[in-house]
Amino acid sequence: MTTVELQEHFDRTIAHDRRIEPRDWMPDGYRKTMIRQISQHAHSEIIGMQPEGYWITRAPSLRRKAILLAKVQDEAGHGMYLYCAAETLGVDRADLTRRLISGDQKYSSIFNYPSLTFADVGVIGWLVDGAAICNQVPLCRSSFGPYARAMIRICKEESFHQRQGYELLMTMMRGTRAQRAMVQDASNRWWWPSLMMFGPPDNDSPNTEQSMAWGIKRHTNDELRQRFVDMTVPQAEALGVTLPDPDLRWNEERGHYDFGEVDWAEFKRVIRGDGPCNAERIGNRRAAHESGAWVRAAAAAHAAKHASPATSDDKAPMPQNAQGGPDE
Amino acid sequence: MDTYDAYQAITDVTEDQRWAFGAGFDDPLSGIDTTIPDGISADDLAAYCEMLGDDALLMSHRLQQWVGHAPELEEEAALANIALDLLGQARFLLARAGTVDGSGRTEDDYAFLRGPAQFRHVRLVEIVDSDFGFAMARLLVFSTWRLAVLDRLRASRDPVLAAIADKGVKEMTYHRDYAAQWVIRLGDGTEFSHQRVQAGLDHVAPFVGELFTDSDVETRLAAAGVGVRPSETHAEFDAALDAVLSAATLGCPAWSASGGATRTAGHRDTLTRLLAELQSVARAHPGATW
Amino acid sequence: MSDTSEDWPLYEVFLRGKRGLNHVHVGSLHAADAHMALHHARDVYTRRNEGVSIWVVASKDITASSPDEKDPFFAPSGDKVYRHPTFYAIPDNVPHM
Repeated sequence: MTTVELQEHFDRTIAHDRRIEPRDWMPDGYRKTMIRQISQHAHSEIIGMQPEGYWITRAPSLRRKAILLAKVQDEAGHGMYLYCAAETLGVDRADLTRRLISGDQKYSSIFNYPSLTFADVGVIGWLVDGAAICNQVPLCRSSFGPYARAMIRICKEESFHQRQGYELLMTMMRGTRAQRAMVQDASNRWWWPSLMMFGPPDNDSPNTEQSMAWGIKRHTNDELRQRFVDMTVPQAEALGVTLPDPDLRWNEERGHYDFGEVDWAEFKRVIRGDGPCNAERIGNRRAAHESGAWVRAAAAAHAAKHASPATSDDKAPMPQNAQGGPDE
Repeated sequence: MDTYDAYQAITDVTEDQRWAFGAGFDDPLSGIDTTIPDGISADDLAAYCEMLGDDALLMSHRLQQWVGHAPELEEEAALANIALDLLGQARFLLARAGTVDGSGRTEDDYAFLRGPAQFRHVRLVEIVDSDFGFAMARLLVFSTWRLAVLDRLRASRDPVLAAIADKGVKEMTYHRDYAAQWVIRLGDGTEFSHQRVQAGLDHVAPFVGELFTDSDVETRLAAAGVGVRPSETHAEFDAALDAVLSAATLGCPAWSASGGATRTAGHRDTLTRLLAELQSVARAHPGATW
Repeated sequence: MSDTSEDWPLYEVFLRGKRGLNHVHVGSLHAADAHMALHHARDVYTRRNEGVSIWVVASKDITASSPDEKDPFFAPSGDKVYRHPTFYAIPDNVPHM
């Protein structure tokens, strides 16, 4: 088949809203964009373990401790599902990790902000996971099969996280004055960075058009940002939290909330590596990866020493009939 | 293929099943007869629950400190699972202590409001991790010992302890297996890993004797068919460790002798620092609900 | 570029749930060997739910076809489960959003 025919076939698959799978032909640009997007997403989940992970040992009740520990474990799991999806495109997870640590690949800049109090745990669940869900639900229909399937699983778990975060905030807002002040302070610090999670404004986002044509992106940045604001304002009202935007108000004509201008200069600074926690987040990831090298090497060495002889020619046949197959 | 098929059966679980035990407000002891068995003192039973609970609480704490620092992502998931299991055991046990001693204290009162002198754990769970080799050596010793104790505790005349032990045995079996696999991989891996895990075992050795030293509380409760004398698990422990260390090509360290003081907490540096981390937020907001 | 002496190979994970009729592919993970892969699968993909049957297979041991054989590189006798081998270079000039 010629490249033209392959391209037409690819285009038809996209146009009919069907999935592209790992063994299908795809344009180079699509593959590269997909790898970048999925790896970045995976890195974000792993780095995202840090701001909340800090509070596990410090959680003020055993129930909150269990919830937070399970949530951070989920995030590790999400990172793993996404790395798997990226690997179907021919990259290697260890290589992606090295690129993250070297600064070659990025992660969501939201995690470059510090988590200063326990209330941050709740606000991260409410706002950061809330924004992530807004971004991610459309990705469940991503044109690339493994990514869409990973997103379905992740979305199920993430909505649970958001509810847990919000529930913590509700409890704190019905609590002491100090708890209420903590929640308001955390909301003040995380609101604008959450809006930045949707990326630059549409008029400053050159990739959007191509990504939408490829079925990689289903909505523009501004569309998703607006949707998030519309969903979140009533949630803030129900909590009794004031969002730190004097320009926030319902616009009857548009049928949406108007909101103030995001500080895009700050956004660019943080993306460039100049945020409050950039060095710390990467430093922690590097330290874990490097100090774990001898452990991984030991496991590999042990496996090599004890490799079963039946690895190449003699391998046990895969059971044809799954119902008769062996249980573990 | 329906893309939902793969996950339906596994993710089709209630919140309770996924989150160690319950993220909701269910009473963990609901349905179980909570009457104190005759022939024992309420104080002894409460103290025993605290001992077993504190061991699990602090061991879980040490494992939680690995979150974000594990040698591989898959180990993050595994260590978090183990930490969650132990945290669940601690919650059941500390809750039980409060209902038994008449104080009505909650699991959180025990975890966050007791001072260093009031904790009743074994020193093994308190010492600070040095590296992954140490962590696996300590987890192997802890899990093997605790599994043997809980296995016998399933026959307790106290239905609550029996139920906790029953659930705990499945968990401890998995934890012991996880730690054993790692000790074997590290022992029979590279030269460097062999040294590290051997050093870890040597570091843990001085704290093993205490595990098999019977306290007065345990002796009394065992006589009444409610508790377990840990000294009775020593032979099983030795056999299990010998098997693992031999497969790991590691030398068995000289475990310390039992019979000395046991479970004497106090204002030790390690414990004070551990509790500062564990309790700081809770103590900063007295009376607050979370 | 890569330090392969510590890298763990890729395994594909198949699960059959309690009410399932057959094993279904759910994803992949890294492990030093098959035994570790099984443990990891239990931790990552089932959160230790009981009664779930797990199969793990080294990705390199899977022989796959393309359902949609419009592929200039398609080898009729079957090929790797993921078409491209490893270390696809990620270009630096693709700007982030």
